[in-house]
Amino acid sequence: MKQTQLMKNFNRKSWRSRGSWNKRQTTLLAIIFAVVFLVALLGTALTMPDDGLRSQLELRNMSPTIEHPFGTDWLGRDMFTRTLKGLLLSFGVGMIASISSVVIATTLGIMAGTLGRYVDAVVAWLIDLFLSVPHLLGLILISFVLGGGFKGVVIGVALTHWPSLARVIRAEILQLRSSEYIQVSRQLGKSSWWIATKHMLPHIVPQVLVGFLLMFPHAILHEASITFLGLGLSASEPAIGIILSESMRYLSAGMWWLAIFPGLSLLLMVRMFDVIGENLRLMLEPQHAHK
Amino acid sequence: MEIISRLLRKIFRLLTLLVAVCIISFMLIQLSPIDPIAAYIGADIMLVGEEQRQKITEYWGLDKSGFEQFVHWAGALVQGDLGTSMIYRMPVMDVIGDKFFASLALMLVAWVLSGIIGFGLGLWAAYKQDSWVDKIIKWYCYTLAATPTFWMGLLLLMVFAVWLNWLPVGMSVPAGVLAENVSVLDRLKHLILPAMTLSIIGVAPIALHTRQKLIDVLSSEYVLFAKARGESGFALIRRHGLRNVAIPAVTLQFASLSELFGGAVLAEQVFSYPGLGQASVEAGLRGDVPLLLGIVIFSTLFVFSGNLLADIFYQLLDPRIRRGRLTE
Repeated sequence: MKQTQLMKNFNRKSWRSRGSWNKRQTTLLAIIFAVVFLVALLGTALTMPDDGLRSQLELRNMSPTIEHPFGTDWLGRDMFTRTLKGLLLSFGVGMIASISSVVIATTLGIMAGTLGRYVDAVVAWLIDLFLSVPHLLGLILISFVLGGGFKGVVIGVALTHWPSLARVIRAEILQLRSSEYIQVSRQLGKSSWWIATKHMLPHIVPQVLVGFLLMFPHAILHEASITFLGLGLSASEPAIGIILSESMRYLSAGMWWLAIFPGLSLLLMVRMFDVIGENLRLMLEPQHAHK
Repeated sequence: MEIISRLLRKIFRLLTLLVAVCIISFMLIQLSPIDPIAAYIGADIMLVGEEQRQKITEYWGLDKSGFEQFVHWAGALVQGDLGTSMIYRMPVMDVIGDKFFASLALMLVAWVLSGIIGFGLGLWAAYKQDSWVDKIIKWYCYTLAATPTFWMGLLLLMVFAVWLNWLPVGMSVPAGVLAENVSVLDRLKHLILPAMTLSIIGVAPIALHTRQKLIDVLSSEYVLFAKARGESGFALIRRHGLRNVAIPAVTLQFASLSELFGGAVLAEQVFSYPGLGQASVEAGLRGDVPLLLGIVIFSTLFVFSGNLLADIFYQLLDPRIRRGRLTE
């Protein structure tokens, strides 16, 4: 079936020197690199003094220099400090929101897969319901209702991001339920609880973990978006969305650094999470793992 | 026959979902701590006395129970009356109609462009699998998927409007020109940047999806057989791959209206393009409850029509499903 592919891989292996890395090793390397990068980034942000957030009017509107690698804004605040603190904030929001979202998804997915047809239908309907309103509009609505702020964003993101993962988990459980060893286990008289915790949960854990890592980038991007629109975190916080929406007023004045670096940093952080999630998924897929 | 019954079931599902969206949104708004009267009056709230307040409350029926209010609202809704927008002082229906046409132009351009370019890139990447072309396209798509839409908009704004000065900074028409004097060319000019933003971002999912599908097809037995018969190159893909890959691509593109709508909200905000997205942000910021509810309901309809169309196209294009051999 995959003959051409196999031949290709075979050929490639044969002429490759023994010292070069296989797919599994490069995957692992990518994960390690991304983790180190993120730890360094967030560690720096965490230990960084807050001095840069104070306004220093004599240092206003400076383009990037060695002391202020990202430049300064119209109040003389150091953009490097603001950006890193903003990333830290985004990380926090993304963490809380995605964990809550994963908990919702797992609970509903398992319920749909184990509690019978009616529960399944209800969960499927709920998934459809949440997917039928555009993410961003749902976020605007929830954030509006909760009066915005940290709480509004976290709850909004948590409530809008679970459906796709819930679908994956539900499908997984349904597949597991019809597998032979579960049937055998049931015939042997094991309770549903026993089967759920001993047989099913170990299968679900990697899915949940990867689901969490892949949800994280979306959560962060949506947090930044809703904050950018003015319905998210409050303007006094050093959030990337706030920084970028403020920068809009200064772009025509040619202060490009206000928008370029904070956005680029956000992109890098999101991309690193993506790399971890994507590569971890590849490693967990058996047909990929041994290439 | 089967298609029709499927369609009817879908439409029934849409109705239940719409009703639920209405009820839930209404309940959410009821539970919110926002005072609709304060939101309506705005900064002049200090000038309004207790008596006037009472009058407005009575006029809007805010003194009644939540359930009665809902029945009243839903009754009007069924007759196509979504209430009056507080910001625009116009019926919500008219506001949505107006704004939607501006957004539709934007979304349509982006939808078509991102679909065609994304599909092309996906085909190219799969055709040259594991070459540097493939690697660049993959890298580009993954990076785009991690890019905030509004930041992409800001970048384009900086390059084309501020540095090169080719295109206007924002708005859908030039400032200070009467509506009837605005030329088509002007409108087009103001459409380019937001549409470009949405197209660039929208390319990623369709390209990655197409690439993966074509790679799957190319490793199938019938392609191996075709190769054994001496077919090769693009002719092989055109004869055996294109149709198999086009169907899921079209479906995906129709099913992505939700993302497109979200992207439009952001792009419109960056370029102050007066469409539905900007209206929803305004409604959220200034507490225009009827307009916000109206847009939520409208966007649900929009997204669902996309999904429904995806479903219909799938059945029209895929002969296996068309003949009813494959049932769910």
